[in-house]
Amino acid sequence: MWLTDLQEIATQITQKNGIEKKSKSHIVAVAGNPNVGKSTVFNALTGLRQHTGNWPGKTVENAKGEYFYKGECFKLVDIPGTYSLMASSVEDATALERNLNLALQILEITTNVVICVNLLDEAKKKRIHIDLDELSLQLGVPVVGTNARKGEGLTELMEEARKICKKERKTFKVKINYGDFIEESIQRIEKLVSSKIKTIVDARWLSLRMLDQEGNILDKLKNHLEEGVINKDVVLIASEERKKLLQKTNDTNFLRDKITSEIVHKAETIYKICVKLESEKYNKKDRLIDKILTSKITGIPVMLFALTVIFWLTISGANYPSEIIASGLFWIQDKLAEFFGNIGIPSWINNLFVMGIYRTLAWVVSVMLPPMAIFFPIFTFLEDVGYLPRAAFNLDKFFKDAGAHGKQALTMCMGFGCNACGVTGCRIIDSPRERLIAIITNNFVPCNGRIPTLTAVIMMFFVAWIPFPFSFLGSSLILTAVILLGIFFTFLISSILSKTLLRGVPSSFILELPPYRSPQVGKILMRSLLDRTIFVLGRAVTIAIPAGLVIWLMANIQINGVKILSYCSSFLDPFARLIGLDGVILLAFILGFPANEIVVPIIIMSYLSTGNIMNLENLSELRNLLITNGWTYKTAICTMLFSLLHFPCGTTLWTIKKETASIKWTVLSFLIPTVIGILVCFTVCQSINLVSLLINKI
Amino acid sequence: MKNIVSLNELEINKKCIVCSLIASGSERRRLLDLGIIQGTKIEVLCKSPSGDPTAYFLRGIVIALRSECARKIIVKSLN
Repeated sequence: MWLTDLQEIATQITQKNGIEKKSKSHIVAVAGNPNVGKSTVFNALTGLRQHTGNWPGKTVENAKGEYFYKGECFKLVDIPGTYSLMASSVEDATALERNLNLALQILEITTNVVICVNLLDEAKKKRIHIDLDELSLQLGVPVVGTNARKGEGLTELMEEARKICKKERKTFKVKINYGDFIEESIQRIEKLVSSKIKTIVDARWLSLRMLDQEGNILDKLKNHLEEGVINKDVVLIASEERKKLLQKTNDTNFLRDKITSEIVHKAETIYKICVKLESEKYNKKDRLIDKILTSKITGIPVMLFALTVIFWLTISGANYPSEIIASGLFWIQDKLAEFFGNIGIPSWINNLFVMGIYRTLAWVVSVMLPPMAIFFPIFTFLEDVGYLPRAAFNLDKFFKDAGAHGKQALTMCMGFGCNACGVTGCRIIDSPRERLIAIITNNFVPCNGRIPTLTAVIMMFFVAWIPFPFSFLGSSLILTAVILLGIFFTFLISSILSKTLLRGVPSSFILELPPYRSPQVGKILMRSLLDRTIFVLGRAVTIAIPAGLVIWLMANIQINGVKILSYCSSFLDPFARLIGLDGVILLAFILGFPANEIVVPIIIMSYLSTGNIMNLENLSELRNLLITNGWTYKTAICTMLFSLLHFPCGTTLWTIKKETASIKWTVLSFLIPTVIGILVCFTVCQSINLVSLLINKI
Repeated sequence: MKNIVSLNELEINKKCIVCSLIASGSERRRLLDLGIIQGTKIEVLCKSPSGDPTAYFLRGIVIALRSECARKIIVKSLN
C-alpha cells in the first residue's frame, strides 16, 4: 500500500519540477494520514470548500487550489487516498507517532518539506505537550503548529512554505540506518544511480526502492526522469543485490520488515524526545464514549436511536417550513399567472410556464428544501465528531458475513445523502470485488431525494390517527423501519452477489477509529447548507424544469382525444395494479428517473391535470387528492416499498457507469433493485388482496 | 511459552507485545505500516456488538481488526 503511494509521491515531485518551470507558480502538495484535518488545512489556506472531501470519509478526488502570499502564487495539490505526499505534510498532534512515520518516509524522498502539526488545541485538551522546536531539529525541516479550524498558525505555515520554495531555508536530511546488510547494498546501488540516472529524486531513496523492488519504481518514474533514461546496469545490480540479501538472510520478508521497522523505530524515538504526556490516561474520555457507542448491549440500540432521532428532528422540523414555503411559492404562482395574463401573454404559454414549469419547481423546493436543510447539518455533525467509523465498527460483522467489506458501512451512510456520492465514495474500498458489491447495493439506502417521498406517504397514511406531536415520532419510527428494510436488502444482495457473480473471500480489513473531535457548529452549518443542500437542491431544480415542461405537455396534448399522460398511465395501469400501484405512480417513478425528488410532484401534477384543480397547501389536502384518486393503505405501502426498491436515478447510474467502466455492472445495478422492487410489491399487494378477500368471506 | 498467543485470543483490557507477524503480502504490509512490528505494545480495547472486529490501541491510535487478521499477529501477553 504505502509503496504505491511513495511512488506517487516521487512522480509528483518530478512532475512538480516540470509544472513549476512552465507556470512560474510554486506547487505545494499536501500529504497526511486520514483524519488529521488535512482538508481543513487545505481549505483554510485556499478558502476553497472541498466538495469531495465533504462527504463522509476521505477525500476521494484530487483537490486543487491556490493562494497568494507575498506576491507569489502557490498552487496546492491535495493528494487523495490515505497515505500520501510531500512538501507540506500535515500531522495530527494527538496521534503524532503514527504521523511521524509518514513524515519520515516523505523526508527520505525530499527535504523540501514543511511539517504542519495540526489540531494543537485538541492536543492541549488531552494534555499532550509537543516540543515543536525539538521536532524541527529532529526532522531537519521547519515545523509549524496550527489550529487550522480557527485559522491559527496559517501565516507562519505560508511563510515557511515560501522560504522552502525560495530556497531561503536550510534543511538537512534525517538518515535512517537500515542495518549493515541493507546499507552496504544501498551504497553499491547508489553509486551507480548517482552516476547514471539524473533525477531530482533522492538517489539514496531511489536505490532503496529499487532494492525493495516491489512494483517497478523506474517504470513508474520513466516519463518523469530527466533525460528519460532507465539504466539497465542499475536495474541489474539492484536485483542482484536483492538476491544476495535474501540469500544471506534466508527470509523473503526480511527487506520489507527491516525497512519498515527502522522507520517505525525512528518515529518512536523522535516521538519520545518531543512529546510529553501529562497523564497516560489522556484518551480516557474517548474510550468511555467508545464503550457506550460500541458495546454489546448499547452499540446497536444507540445507533438505531440516533437514526430515529435524526428522522424525528428532520420530519418534525421540516413540517412548518414546508407549509410556509409552499403557501409562499403558490401565492407567487397566482401572482405570476395574473401578471402574465395582464401583459397579454397567450394563455397556453402562461399555463406552460406557470402551471407546468413553475408549479413543479415550487413543489420540489417546498418538499425538498426544509428536510435537507435539517438532515444534512445533523449528518455532517455525526461525521464531524467521528461517529461514522464507529457505526462501521458495529456493523462490520454483518458485512463480513455477507462477504463484503467493512467500509461498505461508510459508503452506505454516504448513500443517505446522495446515492451518486455513495457510489463515488466506494473508491475507499480497495478490493475490486467488494467495491462492486458496495456500488451495486448502494441504492438500497434511500437518498435524500427519496426520504421526503417516504415521509410524505407515512405522514398521510400511517400516522394521521396519532395526535400531534407524537405523529412525528411515529413517522420517524416507521421511516427507521423502512430504512432497516433497505439495509436488510443491502446485506441480502451483497451476500447473494458474493456467492454468485462476485465470488470470493473478504479481503483484510483494517479500520481506524479516530479520536472524537469537538464539532465546529458554524462550519458544519456552512458546509452542509452550502455544499450539500444547495448542491442537491440545485440538481433537483435543474431536472424539475424540463420535467415540469414534459408533464405539462403530456397532460395537455391530445392524440385522438386522449391526453398523452392518460394514454401512458392507462397503458401502465394494468401492470402497475398488479404490484399495488397505479399507472400514474409508476409513470411518476419512470419520469422521475432523472431525479427521485420529482416523483411526488409528478404524481400530484398528474392527478391534478385530470381532476379538479385543488389548492394543495398541506398534507391533509394532498391526502384527500390521493384518496379521491383511489389510494388506499395498500397503495401507500407499495409506493413506499417501490420508492425504496427501484432503479437508481440517472445521476447515480451515470456515476456507476463512470466508476465501474462497465455496461454490464451498470445494467445489473439497474435491474437488481428494480426486479426486487417488483417482486416485493407484487407479493405484498397480492397478500393484502388475499387477506382482505378472506376477511370479507368471513 | 504459555503466554505466547495470537492477538485474537486475548481478552479485553489485556496488554501484549508483538512477537511476529505471520501475515503475508499486502496484509503484512498494511500491518507493518500501522507500526505493528516486533516489540510494539498493543492493548485490547473492546469488541464490536457482534464480537468481531475488535478494537486495539497501539502507538497512540485505535484500529479495528477482524479476527482473521488479528490471528496473524503473534504476541506475548503481559499480565
